[in-house]
Amino acid sequence: MSEEYVLQLQHIRKEYPGVVALKDVTLELKPGEILALIGENGAGKSTLIKCCSGAVIPTSGKIIVNGKEFSSMTPQLAAENGIAIIYQEFNNVKELSAAENLFLGRPIRKGIIVDKKAMEEAAAKAFDQLHIKIDPKAMMKDLTVGYQQMVEIAKAIQQSAKILIMDEPSAPLTSAEVESMFEVVELLRKKGVSIIYISHRLEEIYRLSDRIVVIRDGEYVKTLITKESQVEELIQLMVGRELTETYPPRGDCIDKNEVILELKDVTGNGDKNISLKLYKGEILGLGGLVGAGRTELAEMIFGSVPKKSGQMIYKGKEIDPKSPREAIDLGIALVPEDRKRHGAMLGVSIKNNINMPIYERNSHMSVIDEKNEQETAEKYRKNMVIKTPNLNQLIKNLSGGNQQKVILGRWMAADSELIIFDEPTRGIDIGAKYEIYKLMNDLVEKEGKSVLMISSEMEELMGMSDRILVLAEGNMTGELQKEEFSQETIMTYASTASKE
Amino acid sequence: MKENKIGNIIRSQGIWVVFIVLCIGFTIANPRFITATNLLIMLRQVAVWGIASVGMTFVILLGDIDLSTGSVITFVNVLCSYLMVNMGVPMAAAIIITLAASTLIGLLNGFMVSTIGIPALIATFATQTAFSGIALIICDGQPINGFTEAFKVFGQGKIGPVPVPVIIMILCFALGAFILNKTYFGRYFYAVGGNIEAARLSGIRTGRVKYLVFALSGFFAGLAGLVLLSRVNSGMGNAGLGYEFKVITCVVLGGVSVAGGSGRMSGVIAGTFIISALNNGMVLINLNSWIQNIVLGIVLVLAVGFDCYQKKRQAN
Repeated sequence: MSEEYVLQLQHIRKEYPGVVALKDVTLELKPGEILALIGENGAGKSTLIKCCSGAVIPTSGKIIVNGKEFSSMTPQLAAENGIAIIYQEFNNVKELSAAENLFLGRPIRKGIIVDKKAMEEAAAKAFDQLHIKIDPKAMMKDLTVGYQQMVEIAKAIQQSAKILIMDEPSAPLTSAEVESMFEVVELLRKKGVSIIYISHRLEEIYRLSDRIVVIRDGEYVKTLITKESQVEELIQLMVGRELTETYPPRGDCIDKNEVILELKDVTGNGDKNISLKLYKGEILGLGGLVGAGRTELAEMIFGSVPKKSGQMIYKGKEIDPKSPREAIDLGIALVPEDRKRHGAMLGVSIKNNINMPIYERNSHMSVIDEKNEQETAEKYRKNMVIKTPNLNQLIKNLSGGNQQKVILGRWMAADSELIIFDEPTRGIDIGAKYEIYKLMNDLVEKEGKSVLMISSEMEELMGMSDRILVLAEGNMTGELQKEEFSQETIMTYASTASKE
Repeated sequence: MKENKIGNIIRSQGIWVVFIVLCIGFTIANPRFITATNLLIMLRQVAVWGIASVGMTFVILLGDIDLSTGSVITFVNVLCSYLMVNMGVPMAAAIIITLAASTLIGLLNGFMVSTIGIPALIATFATQTAFSGIALIICDGQPINGFTEAFKVFGQGKIGPVPVPVIIMILCFALGAFILNKTYFGRYFYAVGGNIEAARLSGIRTGRVKYLVFALSGFFAGLAGLVLLSRVNSGMGNAGLGYEFKVITCVVLGGVSVAGGSGRMSGVIAGTFIISALNNGMVLINLNSWIQNIVLGIVLVLAVGFDCYQKKRQAN
């Protein structure tokens, strides 16, 4: 009876003290199909797949693999039953070769000596089967993120995985890498591997999947046949409301008479002779490929890394911030790309996260003004619509979108006037993205702030920016006015080789 | 989740529960344990570690370690004795100079860790080694005796029934709790210990925080050293030998994560009390000192193990 499915999750429930992460989620995977699992951040996708891997033990429910019933998995059981998971963060050892990584934990041996040659041959064969060109001898650290992921996939197949679960596989990849990943995934399907594919990017889901399972707030919502579903319907099912526009409209609020920030031939940190002007009330987009030097430019403006030469003029005065502290005191803020490592202080409360840059200002004889601290946090919880019952909650318990709002609240509390966003919606789900965009609009429109926005998402870049500057290999290669926006032009500028 | 209230108390206040269970156990074994006289003796014995543990708490909160504490205590012993006895420096001046010197050793640690970038384990180990040598040179390997009556107050005096060192320890604990909970740099300790890069990017001058924390650790170690000197009444070139490990035990037993970023002063107070109850109680029930060491080792593993295991289970 259950022959029809290779994997069934039935009525999975997972409770944590005080929270129900999953309530009654059911999911069924057919042999040889690609099943997309979608839902907003915090919907419970990660918890659900962790139930399959044995990393999380469900409170109740059944997991049925090839007709065998389990109440919970362990990593070993999962492996024995052919379940493999490709996580966003790879389980690899950077200082070992691709071949050694492929056989990590179970090397081919002759006695106690590892047989490198045999492993390399086997690895070459494994890569070949997936049509991927990786030198088995190459060190993991020398491979691109895309190839590292391929090694992970090859490893899963090598361990005869029949069920492959991929958690946001395209997130760290460039668009070319995404293409080759798709090819591998298609190939695996043809070989009869069943795949659960988790992604935020709906176009990928339409391209790859056969069926779609939507979950929301830990609850099963619906299963759809991909071919018969509509994007609008999908988004609505995910967020539970209708989203009319992806990018909220914004009135004209640019004051061309007031230049907030001007860079003249700024050089350093890998960038060469960058000049730009940012007007008050403007959202200036910075486009380019990963590694084009955009984050590096932001680091110099924010005082995180010193510039070598050139001038930075902020509100009419030349500045040269030597530390983030100096930049913050001038009114410059940075919302970093890697929220967990550089933005949020995860082990610290929401209240403290918001107040962190202004504690010194709001202290008398080093003692914190706790009333002010509470009021500030309260104010920005309201303004930023941060969804939390308690400001003393640790920020790590919030979803990505809410974390981002806390960080934005932090910079509003610090009275910042120029806010640099580095990939403002990375890893944030569609519903929350819209809210972040609205907040960005409010910043320029209502608060009179100015925004410099780095984005690798072409649509976001064109949807949000008033003007776009493109960088390539540390050089400024192009500027586009709103009416000139087009994906092709941006890509052309972005791939312009540097002229010495 | 509600049905298990006792379980929750044990989980959140586990360290105090351990302390109370220990007290009950020792009292059953020897009723003298719970007498007021004995409890005060017990606290006096632990005052030196307790005082130094305040500074160590800050360091460990930052995810660093300070191995120089024992050496600083020794150095302070010898320096203060030498100043007062051999050079005739007035007591107040000697104390101020000594505390300044111990704070400077802390700043030196801060310089090595923050500015040069030497891992704290190595930097403070180097300070430990070097300053134990310096201490021996100052006193030429001989004890220095002959302090004024006034100086004995810090280690031997009493206010009412309460020994002065215990009062100093309580004041230090209160100051430590105040710094952690009420001052902005207390908040910085948690931020830097939890995620130094995010802390820097939110405008915290992380280098200064490290300097401050190591300086405070030096200062509190210096204060502990002075109390020890006054109690023993003799400056010796090995006075603080091995103290850093006792102090680290108090802090870690108190639930301060060695990974940095989490821990409370109240936990450290409990940790210190547990160590003092163990030391005192094991003497009262006539355990020999070798066995005492074994017990201390086991207690440390159990206390930290309980905490780590809880966290591991929560993570699942």
